[in-house]
Amino acid sequence: MLSLYHEARSPVHALPAGVKLLVLLAAGSAAFLVRSVPVLAAALGVVVVLYVIARVPWRVALRQSVPVLPPLVVIAAAQGLLTGWSTAALVALRLLAVVLLANLVTLTTRTSAMVATIEALLRPLRPLGVRPERVGLVVALTIRFIPVIKEQADQVRAAQRARGARRGTGFLAPLLIKTLRLAAGLGEALDARGVGSGERSQAGSATVRHGPSADPQGDR
Amino acid sequence: MIDLTGVAHRYGDRWVLRDIDLRLDEHRVGVIGANGSGKSTFARLLNGLLLPSDGRVTVDGLDTRKRGREVRRRVGFVFQDPDIQIVMPTVAEDLAFGLRHHGVPKTEIPALVDRALTAYDLAEHRDHPAHLLSGGQKQMLAIAAVLVTEPAHVVFDEPTTLLDLRNKRRVAAVIAGLPQRVVLVTHDLDLLTDFDRVLVFDDTRVAFDGPPDKAIPAYLDLIEP
Repeated sequence: MLSLYHEARSPVHALPAGVKLLVLLAAGSAAFLVRSVPVLAAALGVVVVLYVIARVPWRVALRQSVPVLPPLVVIAAAQGLLTGWSTAALVALRLLAVVLLANLVTLTTRTSAMVATIEALLRPLRPLGVRPERVGLVVALTIRFIPVIKEQADQVRAAQRARGARRGTGFLAPLLIKTLRLAAGLGEALDARGVGSGERSQAGSATVRHGPSADPQGDR
Repeated sequence: MIDLTGVAHRYGDRWVLRDIDLRLDEHRVGVIGANGSGKSTFARLLNGLLLPSDGRVTVDGLDTRKRGREVRRRVGFVFQDPDIQIVMPTVAEDLAFGLRHHGVPKTEIPALVDRALTAYDLAEHRDHPAHLLSGGQKQMLAIAAVLVTEPAHVVFDEPTTLLDLRNKRRVAAVIAGLPQRVVLVTHDLDLLTDFDRVLVFDDTRVAFDGPPDKAIPAYLDLIEP
């Protein structure tokens, strides 16, 4: 979901986001009911064929799928040692098929389409006080800011290493402060871009702060 | 036109702006001053991101205290750090975001996004994740996302501080070509040489107000008497 959309013209891209999410949900549930290695292997084969139909280059597919392999190997090995290798094969095939299918949905669906679908699904809950556009915004912001926070974490680590700090020493506090500043700035930016209640305070928007939050120089 | 009448602002017990009485009706107004002189607070008062502790700010007759939402639609705001301003994961989605929240009909949004992508050299990055853009491209996207909503006034808060020389020049060229009223807070004095008016902030007050050929030397005198 981290905005890894891969532009191409394909029947998979053309499918509405709601249909893809529904298929993912159904296939994900079904995978956990199936207890046959050949059937799961065939399902994995179908997912690979879908990648071909979606015209996703193998390099792009690998880049997104490789990070899940190490934990998958660990899980399969643990299952193999504890419950037997046939169960390990079942678990590994099941997880691999579902993760690859989820990645395919990510690669072929724009975030905006995903958000619009989530908003549409939540619309019936509006009488209960749910605000679908707010939920959609939260989903989009989460996708957008995970890499930004990772970048900030890398910066904190690099700064600490440059000053001779050992790995892991006092890492969380500066990252938390940077993230809170980011959140305050983001609130301000959302207001500036026309999102928000329109109600203001003398201290600013979402949070009480002691100056313009988005200003790394601390300018006033 | 932007009017500030008897404006003062404080954070807690600390005053950061005092005695501000200004009418901004020039096409391009620059704002300079040392760190902590009140520039960024001043900028945020102009579109109602902050409300003054004392006094009144109006934009085209709309009081920021009473008509904040309308004011923010009229006054675009470009932040120093584009990373906080870009809220959607990809370039085109971020441009569409502002339009959607300004009530532009859904059917008109794709054409406006396409036009903005071309105008600001972002067409080839249309579906790229925003976090993978260079610093200059991010700032250009942040500016495009504000301008695509066609605000009547645009406030820039140090938009070139994090940029290299080439990108500074690109941003300066965009600002120079804007038909809207521009208020530019900056430390880059060379961006202001052909502005209509420059305000020099010092120690919470406007210390000088005049054309750039007089305001810039006055500022330099302030920091190196």
